[in-house]
Amino acid sequence: MNKFIVSPSPHAYSSDSVPKLMYGVIISLLPALGVSVFYFGIGMIVVTSVSIASCILFEYLIQKYMMKVKPTHLDGSALLTGLLLAFCLPSNIPFWMVMIGALAAVGIGKMTFGGLGNNIFNPALVGRVFLFISFPVAMTAWPEAGQWMSYTDAITGATPLGLMKEGLVNKTVGEIMPEVPSFLNLFMGKMMGSAGEVSALALLIGMCYLIYRKIISWHIPLTILGTVFIFTGILWLANPDRFADPLFHLLTGGLMLGAIYMATDYVTSPMTPKGMIIYGIGIGIVTVLIRVFGAYPEGVQFAILIFNGFTPLINKFVKPKRFGKEVSRG
Amino acid sequence: MSLKTFSRGGVHPPEHKLSSGAAIEVLDLPEVVIIPVSQHLGAPAKVLVNRGDQVKVGQLIAQSVGFVSTNIHSSVSGKVLKVDKFPDSSGYRRMAVQIQVEGDQWEEFIDRSDDLVRNTVLTGEDIRKKILEAGIVGLGGATFPSHVKLMVPKGKKAEFLVVNGVECEPYLTADEALMTSKSEEVISGIQVLMKGLGVEKAILGIENNKPGAIEKMKKAAEGSHIVVQGLKVKYPQGGEKQLVQALLKREVPSGGLPIDVGVVVFNVGTAMAAYEAVMRNKPLVERVVTVTGKSLAKPSNFKVRIGTPVSYLVEKAGGLSDQVAKVINGGPMMGKALSSLDVPVVKGSSGILLIDTEEAKRKEVLPCIRCSKCLTVCPMGLEPYLLMTLAEKGLYERMENEKVMDCIECGSCSYTCPSSRPLLDYIRLGKAEVGKIMRARKAV
Repeated sequence: MNKFIVSPSPHAYSSDSVPKLMYGVIISLLPALGVSVFYFGIGMIVVTSVSIASCILFEYLIQKYMMKVKPTHLDGSALLTGLLLAFCLPSNIPFWMVMIGALAAVGIGKMTFGGLGNNIFNPALVGRVFLFISFPVAMTAWPEAGQWMSYTDAITGATPLGLMKEGLVNKTVGEIMPEVPSFLNLFMGKMMGSAGEVSALALLIGMCYLIYRKIISWHIPLTILGTVFIFTGILWLANPDRFADPLFHLLTGGLMLGAIYMATDYVTSPMTPKGMIIYGIGIGIVTVLIRVFGAYPEGVQFAILIFNGFTPLINKFVKPKRFGKEVSRG
Repeated sequence: MSLKTFSRGGVHPPEHKLSSGAAIEVLDLPEVVIIPVSQHLGAPAKVLVNRGDQVKVGQLIAQSVGFVSTNIHSSVSGKVLKVDKFPDSSGYRRMAVQIQVEGDQWEEFIDRSDDLVRNTVLTGEDIRKKILEAGIVGLGGATFPSHVKLMVPKGKKAEFLVVNGVECEPYLTADEALMTSKSEEVISGIQVLMKGLGVEKAILGIENNKPGAIEKMKKAAEGSHIVVQGLKVKYPQGGEKQLVQALLKREVPSGGLPIDVGVVVFNVGTAMAAYEAVMRNKPLVERVVTVTGKSLAKPSNFKVRIGTPVSYLVEKAGGLSDQVAKVINGGPMMGKALSSLDVPVVKGSSGILLIDTEEAKRKEVLPCIRCSKCLTVCPMGLEPYLLMTLAEKGLYERMENEKVMDCIECGSCSYTCPSSRPLLDYIRLGKAEVGKIMRARKAV
């Protein structure tokens, strides 16, 4: 006679799983990875491999020997953290720095809070900011695109945002713009910057894939990009000599990578669409404030980490629209 | 134009309507039936027969006690073997009448002909009385006594009758089979319910995965005040609050009933039962049950007598194989798991679903990654992840503030969770505890 399993409903489950979602994000990053390898060659391959391997290894070691829990290093989240960390580093950074960054990302960013699902701040950005503060010189030397066989010996230069920040001390925007790559190159990714952030085109393709697969919704990325566009647009209209145009801001720096991949991290972003929009507007405004009025040329990393900190508060006060509060007659 | 559906949340599980298109097959009588006296919401009926009594089909064997309760009739003719407690689909032993089947002799007052009756001279009052006498309850699964629903409370006004032909649960096809084969009778039944309720307008919602049923019902409804509306396939559209919103854009208030927005909802099966009760004097002694599952040779729609053992139905649909690990009374989303097949079919049984081993086990529970999918799918606009955390911590007052009592237990959250978290289990726990708190507050 059969013995039946008795459990409460539902008795059917969707085929979604954490690894499936994580690998979905990883697949969407492949175009950007391809572009980065094309522009930065061997350096990108070394940095990415070391970053991914270190994140997975540190997650395994910490879970097994410090937390004494069943390791979940293969669920895709450590791989994703490693990939995203590599994307926001220069491709000529020494591999031991990458390992320190990975340890900061997984160890401090994720495991100290209790592992996946409990961290307040985006682990990859924690790793990046840790390196940025610890090794400011290595973290601001950007290799020029096209040096396939170079790693730490690559010839370096300044990012478009760096050129803008320094140039504005004694020049107008109109005088600086000829020094930065054309908009087409900025869009395709032929510029100096963190290895994975350069190609707006590849990242936008990834975003479309993520939205199509319903892995993320449009709310966070489009709100951030829209806010930056509007805010810098207002400044530009007010004084085009002092402020770069909005398209320049959209296509440079880590904005695309941040808006599409860093800010949309499930764990550290708000739950409701309304909350996501508030979060996105906040990140957009702070990014522009740092870029235009702050000491650093780029601000998206700090903006996202700041609003990661606001996420629990947003979740507490921004509720979904409940069914049946008001009666509509129609 | 995009198809109508409810506005918030919802999921679309694989439909698996294996028995779709199977005609309704009238099953031979079993040897013994067990008829529980509590097949409805409300007070159990009072048993009127004793061991050894001879009964006929349609004979009253247990009488309604109190307002929310209803009558129970014998579904077979034969001898009462025992009046005792028997295990029912809940797994508990409850009072029931066991009858040995002898022949098939019906009460004389029942009209067993097949002619369609479309009009009645009866008044609303008479209709409600007949529906109580015939023991009609909501056949969608909630089994709320129908005569109670037909009595509109003072101060409220019914404007619309909404008929539920949605059948949004995967696998189930009993309502589809009924609408395809008995469309005229269902329409006549809806008209009976309209008269019983005193409304002029009715609207029947059917999901678009049943084009045959929509076509048949539209044809049968021609010239009546009944609108047949196709709906986009989305679960839980058969939830009455969702259905009313999908069809009429009216939101039933939190804690309220459809009558608060001028609507009363009945299932198509209930409309059919009302037709037979009012036009043919036939009590509720049989119903259509889908018997389905991937391991069954012959997924079927059976017309069976109330009290027939579930094991008998499974045998007739191809038998139980070793790979079956779970048996559900109802659909996969909201049905209840049975611990044994030796339980009777009751008025609320819409389907018997056999689930294989690999699909029966729950997956390993992983940490919440705050993907917000549970919020997105919740049709009531709740936050399942938060409610689960609050229930784990025992913060029941906060659960009440977060509107946990609005949860309709559709299971969309647990279904969709990529971390396989048992969200609805914890929400149910919270609802039970909040219910206790609310009752205690009322008692003070």
